[in-house]
Amino acid sequence: MNVIAPHLPILPIVLPLLAAGALLLVSESQRTVRRSIALASIAGQLVTALTLLYLTTDSVPEIWSRGIGVYSLGAWPAPFGIVLVVDRLSAMMLALGAIVALATLVYSMSHWDRPGQPFHPLFQLLTMGLNGAFLTGDLFNLFVFFEVLLAASYGLVLRGVGTVRVRTGLHYIAINLFASFLFLIGVALIYGTAGTLNMADLLGRVQALEADERALFDAGAWILGIAFLTKAGSWPLNSWLPGAYSVSMAPLAAGFAMMTKVGVYAVLRIGTLLGEDQAAAAILGEILYYTGIVTLVSGTIGMLATLHLRRLVSYSVIVSSGLLLASLGLGIEALTAPVLFYLATSVLTTAAFFLVAGMTDRTRLFFDAAGAEVPKAPPASSPGAVPETGTRALPGYMGFGVHEPDPYGTEEEVGTPIPIAIAFLGSMFVCCVLLVTGLPPMPSFIAKFALLSTVLETAPAAGEAGAGWGLVVAILVSGLVGIVALTRIGIRLFWTVTQRRTPRLHVLEASPVAFLVLLCLALVAASGPVMGFLQATARSLHDPGTYIESVLSARYADTGRGTQP
Amino acid sequence: MEAIYALAIGTLVAAGVWALLRPRTFQVVVGLSLLSYATNLFIFGMGRLGENRPPILPPDGGASPTLYADPLPQALVLTAIVIGFATTALFLVVLLALRGLSGTDHVDGREPDR
Repeated sequence: MNVIAPHLPILPIVLPLLAAGALLLVSESQRTVRRSIALASIAGQLVTALTLLYLTTDSVPEIWSRGIGVYSLGAWPAPFGIVLVVDRLSAMMLALGAIVALATLVYSMSHWDRPGQPFHPLFQLLTMGLNGAFLTGDLFNLFVFFEVLLAASYGLVLRGVGTVRVRTGLHYIAINLFASFLFLIGVALIYGTAGTLNMADLLGRVQALEADERALFDAGAWILGIAFLTKAGSWPLNSWLPGAYSVSMAPLAAGFAMMTKVGVYAVLRIGTLLGEDQAAAAILGEILYYTGIVTLVSGTIGMLATLHLRRLVSYSVIVSSGLLLASLGLGIEALTAPVLFYLATSVLTTAAFFLVAGMTDRTRLFFDAAGAEVPKAPPASSPGAVPETGTRALPGYMGFGVHEPDPYGTEEEVGTPIPIAIAFLGSMFVCCVLLVTGLPPMPSFIAKFALLSTVLETAPAAGEAGAGWGLVVAILVSGLVGIVALTRIGIRLFWTVTQRRTPRLHVLEASPVAFLVLLCLALVAASGPVMGFLQATARSLHDPGTYIESVLSARYADTGRGTQP
Repeated sequence: MEAIYALAIGTLVAAGVWALLRPRTFQVVVGLSLLSYATNLFIFGMGRLGENRPPILPPDGGASPTLYADPLPQALVLTAIVIGFATTALFLVVLLALRGLSGTDHVDGREPDR
């Protein structure tokens, strides 16, 4: 263990890279081999992530003291070489990403990964980009890994057929390319003024800057922040999100659940490293709160405005982004732990909901390539309609498209047994609704409750009473509106459907959804220890000294090379 | 030199943003290319401009860092060029696909109603 453990941080990047390479060599026809490679890689990532999570909890102090693991690539020490850093936050994000990736991959194995376009290699590269973004300790590699995951996601969004996918894909790529250039400009400004790209090295260099250089640095940090907000799906920059997420295939949309959180992660990581007081623009500062609130409101309005389930879930992603950004924007340290709890539940929720949405699409008889409903005359042979061979005249109400059971018929059953697939879908849908809106007994309720009570306790003391109340009202109203929107769509999907085709659910599709929902319930049961871990995470985030010291003092010893000079 | 350099970047960005906001896909891709040139030049400029400053140390050279160009922005520009180039190429493919599928080069896949 002591030999392997120091090398663990590189595994989440190397594993998917190797798997993607291997998958390119295996021909499309050998589906079992391809699936085994993909599954083995994701399972390996999950095991690695959980091990890293365990190592960061100080349970094994002889490997990493203070819960921060540093891996110097090429054994170059930190400010000059490239480092990977594992702390509690990165380990948590890695584990979340691996869980979502596992569920998504299993789900896609039912039929979504059929030959056509290379699904598995792109998916592996997506996980590689995600893991790398969480692990990297310097700004430029953050850009590189963002690009890796975005490039893979471009390919995945376009998967499938239909003009609508290509059109939304075009918008998605254009906006994200533009954001990438902003990212580069921000990074260049920061390098040009501070002279370093290492996140741990930034703070010390920034504090030593002259006033005129400092202004330039702040401009760079702001531009970088705008790039992060674009990825996070924050308000004026999120027009690509509902389109891209709702037209891509269901399991991919679920896999993308993690992608907006990368933006939130980057804001949190760099914001806390630059500190609240030391840097004037610790990634956007107060603006973050207002953007978050507007994002929350606009996402809520979007939820209310759409009747298409996948679009609605996409808007709920925006709502959760807005909630996270607004809470972080308040700048109250005590909020970080509930925010992280909410982040974790929202990732699992969104993934589960997209998977459910992929299955409910099939209860509809007609839909176009995008999964949206297409109005079309019902076929005469549908259940409930009067058979054409009958001698009776068509009852008047049939003309309005209402298909009630034939009042004169005797062959019609009074009660129909609910098919188990619909029962499963319905219950999972209800669970997802409870999760999205944050109602008990779901972990999102605990997260929101902790968030709201902390805001009410600490905001007045921090002089943010007005902003705190604004956040509380926005969260509560968005929850209520979310219930209304989801109930409405639930009724449309499960109650008022007369033309329902009972979907055949594959066990490979049903089990990941059940797994994610059960995991959420387990999170409720374990909310005490989880909250404890997250509070430790928040403490270490808001005390960047430990992080900076660990990264900058890391020498060859940490890479298992012994004590070379 | 700095003024000319800054003007060049500014012109590229202005032209790039203008082209990016056009409704035709080809203009969008040209705009993105111009922006990527501007970004790369900008990163390069952040390593400070100078003449006769090699990024590597000659064996008989002095040790003063002012004599040498900063090699890091050059490495960054190289990476950024590769990534920007690849994603722009991908964008071009998507653009062609949309043109083929929708029969128009409007970014929304259909001509606006007039």
